[in-house]
Amino acid sequence: MQHTNQDSHHQEHAHHEPGFWAKYIFSTDHKVIGIQYAITSLIFLFIGFSLIMAMRWQLAYPGKPIPIIGGLLQQALGDAAAGGVMSPDLYNAFGAMHGTIMVFLGIVPLAFAAFGNFVVPLQIGAVDMAFPRINMASYQSFVVGGVIMMVSFFIPGGAAQAGWTSYSPLATIIPTQGQTFWIIGMVFLITSSLLGAVNFIVTIIQMRAPGMNWMRMPFFVWAQFVTAFLLLLAFPPLEAAALMQLMDKVADTSFFLPTGLVISGQVLPISGGGSPLLWQHLFWFLGHPEVYVLILPAMGIVCEVITNNSRKPIWGYKSLVYSSLAIGFLSFIVWAHHMYLTGMGTKISTFFQTTTMIISIPSVIILTCFFISLWGGSIRFNTPMLFCLAFLPMFGIGGLTGLPLGFNYSDIFLHDTYYVIAHFHYIVAPGTIFALFAGIYYWYPKATGRHMSEFWGKVHFWLSLLCMNLIFQPMFVQGMAGLNRRLYDGGATYAGSGEGIIGIPQFFIDLNKMISHAAWLLAIVQIPFIINFFWSIRNGRKVASDNPWDATTLEWQTPTPPPHGNFIEVPNVYRGPYEYSVPGHKADFTPQNEPEPGTHKTAKPSPK
Amino acid sequence: MEIPYTVKPRPDTGLYNAKLGIWLFLASEVMLFGALFSAYILLRVGAAEGTWPKGLLNVPLGTINTLVLITSSITVVMAWVSLKMNQFGKFRVYQAITLLCALGFLGIKSYEYKDKFTHYQIVKSDGTYVDGHMVEKTADHVILDGIEAKQLSEINSPEHGKHPEHKHITVPTSEIKKIGNYGPAHNTYMAIYFTLTGLHALHVIGGALVIAFLWGPGAKMWKTEPERFTNRIEVSGLFWHFVDLVWIFLFPVLYLL
Amino acid sequence: MSDQHTHHDVSKHVRGYLIIFAALLVGTVLTVWASYIHFGAKDSNTWNIVVALIIASTKAFLVAGYFMHLISEKKLIYSILAFTGFFVVGLMYLTIWSMEPANIVHFK
Repeated sequence: MQHTNQDSHHQEHAHHEPGFWAKYIFSTDHKVIGIQYAITSLIFLFIGFSLIMAMRWQLAYPGKPIPIIGGLLQQALGDAAAGGVMSPDLYNAFGAMHGTIMVFLGIVPLAFAAFGNFVVPLQIGAVDMAFPRINMASYQSFVVGGVIMMVSFFIPGGAAQAGWTSYSPLATIIPTQGQTFWIIGMVFLITSSLLGAVNFIVTIIQMRAPGMNWMRMPFFVWAQFVTAFLLLLAFPPLEAAALMQLMDKVADTSFFLPTGLVISGQVLPISGGGSPLLWQHLFWFLGHPEVYVLILPAMGIVCEVITNNSRKPIWGYKSLVYSSLAIGFLSFIVWAHHMYLTGMGTKISTFFQTTTMIISIPSVIILTCFFISLWGGSIRFNTPMLFCLAFLPMFGIGGLTGLPLGFNYSDIFLHDTYYVIAHFHYIVAPGTIFALFAGIYYWYPKATGRHMSEFWGKVHFWLSLLCMNLIFQPMFVQGMAGLNRRLYDGGATYAGSGEGIIGIPQFFIDLNKMISHAAWLLAIVQIPFIINFFWSIRNGRKVASDNPWDATTLEWQTPTPPPHGNFIEVPNVYRGPYEYSVPGHKADFTPQNEPEPGTHKTAKPSPK
Repeated sequence: MEIPYTVKPRPDTGLYNAKLGIWLFLASEVMLFGALFSAYILLRVGAAEGTWPKGLLNVPLGTINTLVLITSSITVVMAWVSLKMNQFGKFRVYQAITLLCALGFLGIKSYEYKDKFTHYQIVKSDGTYVDGHMVEKTADHVILDGIEAKQLSEINSPEHGKHPEHKHITVPTSEIKKIGNYGPAHNTYMAIYFTLTGLHALHVIGGALVIAFLWGPGAKMWKTEPERFTNRIEVSGLFWHFVDLVWIFLFPVLYLL
Repeated sequence: MSDQHTHHDVSKHVRGYLIIFAALLVGTVLTVWASYIHFGAKDSNTWNIVVALIIASTKAFLVAGYFMHLISEKKLIYSILAFTGFFVVGLMYLTIWSMEPANIVHFK
């Protein structure tokens, strides 16, 4: 920011040299907060992945001591891992926490809070978020929630064991306190999301630079805008449900406990009268919009990277915008397709089946727009682009395999099998996480001023793509063979010829070994990424200019890395976000803040 | 570095940042209480015949509390108006009344809570009920000040205008099958009552803390940035009105119906 | 409605606020009074619920409309609240629909 007054400049300058704590820990600058979120959530992603790697050992080699970390687990967790063998309780706890950590502590903070914080204010030409201090509070609340979740592993009885969905009555009647920690942790995470969501919406509505009208916003900003609304309106019902479950847990109420509930042959001494279905409704009222919270920011990133690297405008910008709005709206009325087997009744199942089919239409439109955008482009196959190109078919597989789950009749067979696991992991793992990797490789030069290594990036990409498919493709096969997803021994108990009613042929159970090995290999191929990420901060190739990808959007029209306050002068926006290869222009990209050729630079843009 | 539109509204939206922010926050609050009201309806519709209590809460106290909150709402508006008219002294007076109302509300609420925690119900071995406030409890008997009933519905929905006489009833410990107070664990009605009013009381406390801060140390801003301070009062007022609004629904739903 | 007002405008509003205040007090008394009267059929309290909710909604409208200035608020706020309202109603209606015993096939 330019200061004419010498005195205030001096003050401002003094203000800009805060100590380590003020600069990196208690920062109110959206870029620092974005990076804090990014690093914290990457750590959580790694923790969540580690949990499933331990579980995959149990699935592949049931009852055998876990190599390497088995002893460590025994030391840290005691009897739950006696002899280095994973106990059923520990398996349940790891399973529940894998889901919770991946969704609430890993992907949502990375996709929404980290990328959103760093990129959105830059892309709309704002100096910062609308409420910088609330932004900081949001991050701190997230950390507190994360710490509570982590601490719960080490309390007596261990962490929550009722799955990331925490269905009551199971979640309530497990006598350990893991679930209580889970609920309290969730309340902090929900608070963090709410503060973030309010901040994002106000920032996008109020802080757009002159000329940045709605239809000139990059699609990434639109995606974050819709995501923020989903978080704002879908999370509170879960918070209400969490409060009621907390009451059930600590004040012996019966919100979710029916009359006459029998546990181990004993009628529970509770007042009863509650409804287990109520929990499922309130949970999935959040749970389904949450799916779109996971996927919309990823689509936003893909859109940015694809247009930039195909060097042509996105095909169907308006279709993308309206489709994302339609997804946001519809995602609130599809939730009960997770509950077909609860006996809600056929009429209401039909209703939710219909809305579920309708919501697949805008998703297909978005994917189609991305595919068509590639047509006739001069594609640059750099690392971020490779990840995005892989996103398209991977998300396609994940989406299309969801249709049989959306239909009542086929869902009755597929429900709770490995097919479901494969379906949603195709969406979030090689789908969303690939898009997030693309985002990291793509915006890294803006955040640090250096590139990550292209060679190691490509190694990371190709091997990850291979492993992801080796892990999740066989699960479709297992699921269609009827293998249940919740078996502690990976189905060994039910091994059989497959001729009777019960009995899964050994082949499908043996696939577990292959899947597990692929999962551990996936962990190994993340090592190049981790080293690349930290090594490149100081040693990466320096960027040649502030706009190393020759991009059009505003975040590349700032100094690198952007200073506190972002822009040297408030940018004026003259055009849409993706004007690549415009005939008659001197370069193959025309930044949003560049006036029409021939007009004077200080010409006023349209006021809106 | 200045964040734009903290004081003046943005021309095309007509709003300043904090006002849009508080309305978004209130929208999420609507979803929060909406979900709890859904739970209330479900539990009530799903309750077995005669188990949903009516007339269990103290209507006069509830009415007084409603009036107290409505009064605090008008004083919040008047405080904001006083700032608009540049009368800082009046603002202080009005907000002081608001804070006293908040305290009064919480005081009455905690009295009601205490009343429920000393109110017991006994199921006797022969299947009849004794219901009333605890008078005395020893090793071999319990004395309640209340009524005896053959069926739960006699206690939960007494006929209109016919409240039975209360008297001291002694129950030997040997005849007690089950004893418990009217805390949240008593039945789903008490559970949702404590959850809804407890969450509402937390909102009252939160709102009162913000108003108290802006009344005390936060009021310094009036000297430096009066417009921004007025905006803060408006925004904290919006939250306060919302808390009042929730109570307007809670009162009939829990006390009267 | 914050900035365009002069002092004179604001003081004119004060009268309005006091009228609303009085209306809210009357509404509170009314709702208590109505709860002691039985409306509609003998063994159903449906109409009592309807009456109480109508009074509560009216009071809520007065608070939101005038104390919170919704009546003269910007379009943006209206649209946010409209969506919120739609989703709350959806949540309530669909949840209750799914729990109606008549819909549960098992017990037939």
